[in-house]
Amino acid sequence: MNPSTRSPLTWAVHLSVLLLVLLWTMPTAGLLISSLRDKDQLAVSGWWTALAISSRNDVARAPSADSQVERDGKFVISGNLLQGQGGQVSAFGFSSREPTKYKPGETAELNDGERLTVQTDGSFEIVSDQRMEGSRGQRVFFTASTPPRFTLDNYIEVLSAAGIGRSFLNSLTVAVPSTVIPILIAAFAAYALAWMRFPGRAILLAVVVGLLVVPLQMSLIPLLQLYNGVGAFFGVPAKTYMGIWLAHTGFGLPLAIYLLRNYMAGLPREIMESARVDGASDFDIFVKIILPLSFPALASFAIFQFLWTWNDLLVAIVFLGAGEDKLVLTGRLVNLLGSRGGNWEILTASAFITIVVPLIVFFALQRYLVRGLLAGSVKGG
Amino acid sequence: MQLVAAILTMLAGVLACAAYFWATSLILDWIFPSKGLSGAAASRNLRITNAIRPWLFLAPALFALTIYLIYPVIQSAWLSLHDRGGQSFVGLRNFQWMINDGEFGQSIFNNFLWLLVVPALSTFFGLIIAALTDRIWWGNIAKTLIFMPMAISFVGAAVIWKFIYDYRAEGSEQIGLLNAIVVTFGGAPQAWITLPFWNNFFLMVILIWIQTGFAMVILSAALRGIPEETIEAAVIDGANGWQIFFKIMVPQIWGTIAVVWTTITILVLKVFDIVLAMTNGQWQSQVLANLMFDWMFRGGGDFGRGASIAVVIMVLVVPIMIWNIRNATKESGGH
Repeated sequence: MNPSTRSPLTWAVHLSVLLLVLLWTMPTAGLLISSLRDKDQLAVSGWWTALAISSRNDVARAPSADSQVERDGKFVISGNLLQGQGGQVSAFGFSSREPTKYKPGETAELNDGERLTVQTDGSFEIVSDQRMEGSRGQRVFFTASTPPRFTLDNYIEVLSAAGIGRSFLNSLTVAVPSTVIPILIAAFAAYALAWMRFPGRAILLAVVVGLLVVPLQMSLIPLLQLYNGVGAFFGVPAKTYMGIWLAHTGFGLPLAIYLLRNYMAGLPREIMESARVDGASDFDIFVKIILPLSFPALASFAIFQFLWTWNDLLVAIVFLGAGEDKLVLTGRLVNLLGSRGGNWEILTASAFITIVVPLIVFFALQRYLVRGLLAGSVKGG
Repeated sequence: MQLVAAILTMLAGVLACAAYFWATSLILDWIFPSKGLSGAAASRNLRITNAIRPWLFLAPALFALTIYLIYPVIQSAWLSLHDRGGQSFVGLRNFQWMINDGEFGQSIFNNFLWLLVVPALSTFFGLIIAALTDRIWWGNIAKTLIFMPMAISFVGAAVIWKFIYDYRAEGSEQIGLLNAIVVTFGGAPQAWITLPFWNNFFLMVILIWIQTGFAMVILSAALRGIPEETIEAAVIDGANGWQIFFKIMVPQIWGTIAVVWTTITILVLKVFDIVLAMTNGQWQSQVLANLMFDWMFRGGGDFGRGASIAVVIMVLVVPIMIWNIRNATKESGGH
């Protein structure tokens, strides 16, 4: 290919990948930016305008005639339209028909001989030669532009008030043991399936592969009954952390066994044979040789299982319940969607807190994640 | 406090597991010693330990798999033939109810829509992105960014997209991206997720957004595994880029495409969180998994109907399950 025909095509590839990347990252970026915005701005303008100076049309009422002061023989009412919110006035007016008739610094002649002056910073004065009357203050229409404001207030509010902090701990409590326990159990089983000879091995392997795709839904009702039964029998609560750890262990085992077995089966036979000749038992071989060598596969599964248990909603609400003190982050977020559906400052900050841990895990350990995915899926084809 | 307790429990559990494997192994060697004995006794004992040890290694896993997966499958099938409390036998009445139930019909219809659209589009985008990113120097960065939604929970993704679909009455400024775009081009804003039928597609977008990264990663590895010679031969024969991609490369990775497709299909059958968080099945967007969850707890819970819906999901999965098992046994036959 000569460069002249090649370059437009290369440009097209670059452009389309850029477009796809934008399409895929924009939703998350929107959430992150929104969660950092001032909540008043968030509610009235899109996050893509976050860096722009936002302008708003507003109306303020001057203090009533009671607050006038006499100065140099004139009567003056003063105040500030923006009330300390920051920003700049770009135009003002005194009637709703012409709300932007005057520029800042100009003087508007009101109908009754009063004169209104508004400065850029929002301070205004109404000056009159006679004592002013009336219990209601003059209405002033204005257009103000506000600079972008970013703040961590939303996070502070969410962590202190919305129960997110508590749920964060609950999620950790669920996810960490649910990740560690199945690894150990699966590693031994995988070793047996990969390197030990016994009748029924092929059938067991087929069963594990079959169980990989059993829908969780099949397990929910029988296990709920079982847990309730066990709870009633021993007089303990049916919905405990122990219960959910074991449930996640059970649901994660098929993938764990499958991944680890595939990996272990690929390890060189000679290492094990020479160890066996030296008199090592299966237990020794497993602990001293296989486990250290299988670290990449163990890491892959650990990442999967952690992401899955952290992000899980169904198992958590069925086996841990939706009680206030045991709600995990995903459950909390669903509740907030229902009760605070319009409060985007709360929702965006909460959502970001729930996704930040998986994102850190993802970016830090992506290599292992990809490797695990490939081991778990491509082999099937 | 709670976390410390959890970690202590976890350590205790791990230690107990390790102790189990270690102690059983020790006991086995103690009962059937093979060292120190000579001749026939030693080899007999060795044979016995070798026969027993695999099962000691497998026991905890088999126990957990039986309790948490095998028993429930059987029990769910059994429960689906019973009434709401699971006590009295009602035969196929739950399935009869299902056929006549409008909401179930709606769920089946929606599930089939999901099954048609999500695996197809996720795989398609995954394939395109994999092929494109392999040609550019910043391809890995692009892949990472497109892969990222994979780490986000379905509920988190639902919040992210609900924000995009957010609706404000006509005339006021739209803070949802989709409506803002529509208004910019002169359209009228819509409350997207409340539009019957079409809202299904707006929910599917979320799952496609999440799953494309998965498809991309696997297909990208498969594309790289294609032997160079086949492509070089095609270039020499004068094939253009499209022909190389669709006639040379894609046919060589059909197996992987099928794996990706079926994996996403299974995920789609179980999709629950997205629907629960976005609409909870309102506005005709119900799906099987959410309907099942609904019946589990609705009015104190109807375990019979819930289990029968679970059985339907299971039946839909079975063909893929059989296909997977056949592939796996074919592959490990040589080992």
